Amino acid sequence: MKTDVLVIGAGAAGMAAAIAAAKNGLKVIVAERDEVTGGILNQCIHNGFGLHYFKEELTGPEYAERFRERLSEYTDAIQVLTDCHVLKLNRDKKALLVSPRGVFELETKVVIYAAGARERPFGSLMIPGDRPSGIFTAGVAQRLMNIDNRKIGNRALIVGSGDIGMIMARRLTLEGTEVVGVVERLPYPGGLLRNVIQCLKDFDIPLYLSSTVVEVRGKERLEEVVVANVDEHFKPIPGTEKIFKVDTLVLSVGLIPQVEMLDGLVSLDARTRGIACSSTGQSSCEWIFAAGNCTAIFDLVDYVTREGERAGEYASRYVVGERFTRNVPIVPGENVMLTFPNSYSDVDDLTLYVRCRKPMEKAVLKVGSFERVFEDLIPSEMIVVRVPKQKLMGLDRIEVTLAEV
Amino acid sequence: MRIAVIGAGVVGSLIARELCKYDVEVLLIEKNLDVGWGVTKANSAILHAGYDDPVGSVRSKFCSAGNSMYTELSRELDFEIKRTGSYVLAFNDEEIAVLHKLLKQGEKNNVPGLELHDRDTILSKEPRVNPEVKMGLWAPTAGITEPWMVAIAAVENALENGLKLFLNEEVVDFERQNGRIVEIVTNRAKHRVDVVINAAGLFADELAKRAGTEFVPLHPRKGEYILLDKKLGSTVSSIIFPTPTEKSKGILVLPTIDGGLLLGPTAEDLPSDRKHDLSTTSQGLEAVKGFVLKLVPGIDFSMVVKTFAGLRPESPQKDFFIRASDSVRNFVNVMAMRSPGLTAAPAIAKYVVEEILQQQLGLKLSLKSDFNPLRKGIKKYAELSVEEWQKAVKENPAAGRMVCFCNEVTEAEIIEAIRRGARTLDGVKFRTRAMFGRCQGGFCMSRILKILERQLGLDASKIVLKSPNSWIVDGKVRE
Ligand SMILES: Cc1cc2nc3c(=O)[nH]c(=O)nc-3n(C[C@H](O)[C@H](O)[C@H](O)COP(=O)(O)OP(=O)(O)OC[C@H]3O[C@@H](n4cnc5c(N)ncnc54)[C@H](O)[C@@H]3O)c2cc1C
Ligand SMILES: Cc1cc2nc3c(=O)[nH]c(=O)nc-3n(C[C@H](O)[C@H](O)[C@H](O)COP(=O)(O)OP(=O)(O)OC[C@H]3O[C@@H](n4cnc5c(N)ncnc54)[C@H](O)[C@@H]3O)c2cc1C
Repeated sequence: MKTDVLVIGAGAAGMAAAIAAAKNGLKVIVAERDEVTGGILNQCIHNGFGLHYFKEELTGPEYAERFRERLSEYTDAIQVLTDCHVLKLNRDKKALLVSPRGVFELETKVVIYAAGARERPFGSLMIPGDRPSGIFTAGVAQRLMNIDNRKIGNRALIVGSGDIGMIMARRLTLEGTEVVGVVERLPYPGGLLRNVIQCLKDFDIPLYLSSTVVEVRGKERLEEVVVANVDEHFKPIPGTEKIFKVDTLVLSVGLIPQVEMLDGLVSLDARTRGIACSSTGQSSCEWIFAAGNCTAIFDLVDYVTREGERAGEYASRYVVGERFTRNVPIVPGENVMLTFPNSYSDVDDLTLYVRCRKPMEKAVLKVGSFERVFEDLIPSEMIVVRVPKQKLMGLDRIEVTLAEV
Repeated sequence: MRIAVIGAGVVGSLIARELCKYDVEVLLIEKNLDVGWGVTKANSAILHAGYDDPVGSVRSKFCSAGNSMYTELSRELDFEIKRTGSYVLAFNDEEIAVLHKLLKQGEKNNVPGLELHDRDTILSKEPRVNPEVKMGLWAPTAGITEPWMVAIAAVENALENGLKLFLNEEVVDFERQNGRIVEIVTNRAKHRVDVVINAAGLFADELAKRAGTEFVPLHPRKGEYILLDKKLGSTVSSIIFPTPTEKSKGILVLPTIDGGLLLGPTAEDLPSDRKHDLSTTSQGLEAVKGFVLKLVPGIDFSMVVKTFAGLRPESPQKDFFIRASDSVRNFVNVMAMRSPGLTAAPAIAKYVVEEILQQQLGLKLSLKSDFNPLRKGIKKYAELSVEEWQKAVKENPAAGRMVCFCNEVTEAEIIEAIRRGARTLDGVKFRTRAMFGRCQGGFCMSRILKILERQLGLDASKIVLKSPNSWIVDGKVRE
């Protein structure tokens, strides 16, 4: 089989990218290994999606549905293969697709990689103790509850106070599981203040800051979780242990961009751990573009959609012969934890995503000769700015800094 | 004649299979929900070459012999082994002296191919090891395998050849008559028997005591491990040991058969009442981390996917205890199977059946004419060529549905694992490697739960992780 564009993954990023490429008149195949398109959105039945893009508040499945409908308006140009896993991508632009309908090779001119992220598993935290059942990552818990309609336990503790962790605390409570607390190792909540109020305060769920899980106990099903306070280096302080009698532990400790399929084909960014991209979505391998959580973890699906559209647009222009040559590296500087994209190609203004390193009341963001003041910065909330092309002229390195004021 | 083996670890399973070559009725009784879940589930998975067992010990008698049997065994039973070779590294003169001792000992133990390598040779083969290394003992016959798979494969093959397997059944007592065991009492049934073989791992001493036979007391010695992502699997290509001490072989760095990197184990002696304590500890994990960096600097601990612990059944003699009882004439103990019990197991199985049962106890066993030594593993579709796989999918669409993306396991493989006896999430995991990869089931666990539900005709709330009360989900959240 042959196509102009192969989109790998039909989450928010992949769907947007496919539509953008089809609008440019290209033939697109979208491969999605799940039975339905939408990716992670399908399991997020809370609202809070689409405020920027649609100017209204949707649930995850509603947001996905809107894009599914748009996809279906392009049936001539876009072929969506669900239940279809892309197993391999080779240097010669051939991909191996595996599905119950067959195993086949597909030749493409360009790839838009939109494989999303995976969750950090429990094992990676090296928490000592037993290995009972009843320990779930937030995504697995969410899938079991929201899609498979299953109760995951009776009394739960949650680790991680990012938005996902807090939203899960509320969801579990609403589904009849008692949530005894949310544990966070930082001295401040990891997610939005809005979620602290709507998901925890409103349901009387305690938040334990500067705390971490130091042991799990239970020979069969989970029985106890030991939590201790941590010092400023996140080291548990002996003598501060508290025991929670719970049968369920839900971990919401971060997402990792899914990049392994492109190992050896493209460069990765050391900070985001995702695929290093230019502002066109192009990776270090010129015919592979990438977008969404496989490049960097985005807070909002609206951003992911925009990045998908961008990758779709530039990938199309690449197919018809345009080349994006000047790629200026973008590097995080003072008080900046990470930036995305990783380099700038001067075809357009730069949409820049920045995560700060620590909470700050007020700071000046400097990018080239561009400056803007931001207030109430927290690491969990990305700053998004559009930096005009003129402000980046003539640079051969773009440092991004946040000077506290 | 009815011969019962207690314990379906690697030792009991191989003994049971060996017995199935003969015209006898063979029973295998295991308290867990599946085979290979005792000591056999959590160890270093090494086929030791056999140089570090004291000359004249029972261990030395079976280690290199068992090691060499694995080539044929893995062919017959279709499980994977890799002869990676192993290095014992020395960083100073004292350690170099130990290497010389090990070399001599190995030669006496009939270990083939041992060589001392200098620093440059070592670094050319293993460029990631600590460049301060001075000398290394190279053992080409050392290798790796998947220990539980040896037990699973042996039991599957034995079942083909008439084995009666009793899972989820714990032996609690014995009925005796005239100094012989006539009946095994379990928590669920009674089994009339002519001969009993006690291969109950960590608990073999307690059973031996119950039966009224001689035994050696067992205490658990804990070993904690850290498993890292496949990305780091090629950090080393062979097994890297430190120079051993009196107490243990030390903390190692080695590749796993499915491409990961394994670090460990620690060696902590626990009292005999802690045989269920498989918890990891922060001291243990820190010890592993600290130690391995001396052997292989620069290991990236952000790539950890799992930590776990295993318990070695250790006796004061530090040696295997394999013998027919003097006091109970039809009872054989195969206990204190510390390291290298996995390696030695095939040789021990042969010894128990040929030497102990036939020679020492004088049992007249005749070989079956129709014993089939071959077993096929579950087909791994992702290893087929595109054409072969395509053909397989035409016949069975489930062979084209990826369920575990990290380890590339299809729905067909999971269904096959269930057909072969997996009843639990761990049963599927240990037979297929699904949920074993870098996401640890994040994507596939809920799918596998549904496949189990469908194939077994059970509600998901009845499906467990590994033991009767290790439930995963409860009732529905919405009607
Ligand atoms: C629990 C949770 C709550 C969230 N809440 C909000 C919120 O309230 N508001 C908001 O705006 N955002 C929220 N987000 C963020 C937002 O939903 C995500 O950032 C966005 O949906 C990610 O889209 P994606 O396309 O990058 O990835 P995904 O949605 O993960 O899509 C990737 C797709 O690729 C497929 N795939 C991967 N590899 C392959 C392959 N080899 N072959 C075929 N297919 C493949 C996957 O099956 C998947 O469908 C939330 C995210 C999570 C996890
Ligand atoms: C940390 C560690 C590292 C090791 N590394 C290596 C290595 O690299 N190479 C090597 O060769 N060896 C190694 N070993 C040793 C090896 O793992 C063991 O020797 C081997 O697995 C023992 O197998 P087994 O069949 O005797 O015991 P088990 O696997 O424990 O089998 C005994 C079975 O008996 C069952 N049982 C117990 N009581 C009862 C009862 N009352 N009723 C019914 N069933 C019962 C148990 O459930 C269990 O399944 C290591 C061991 C450990 C712990």
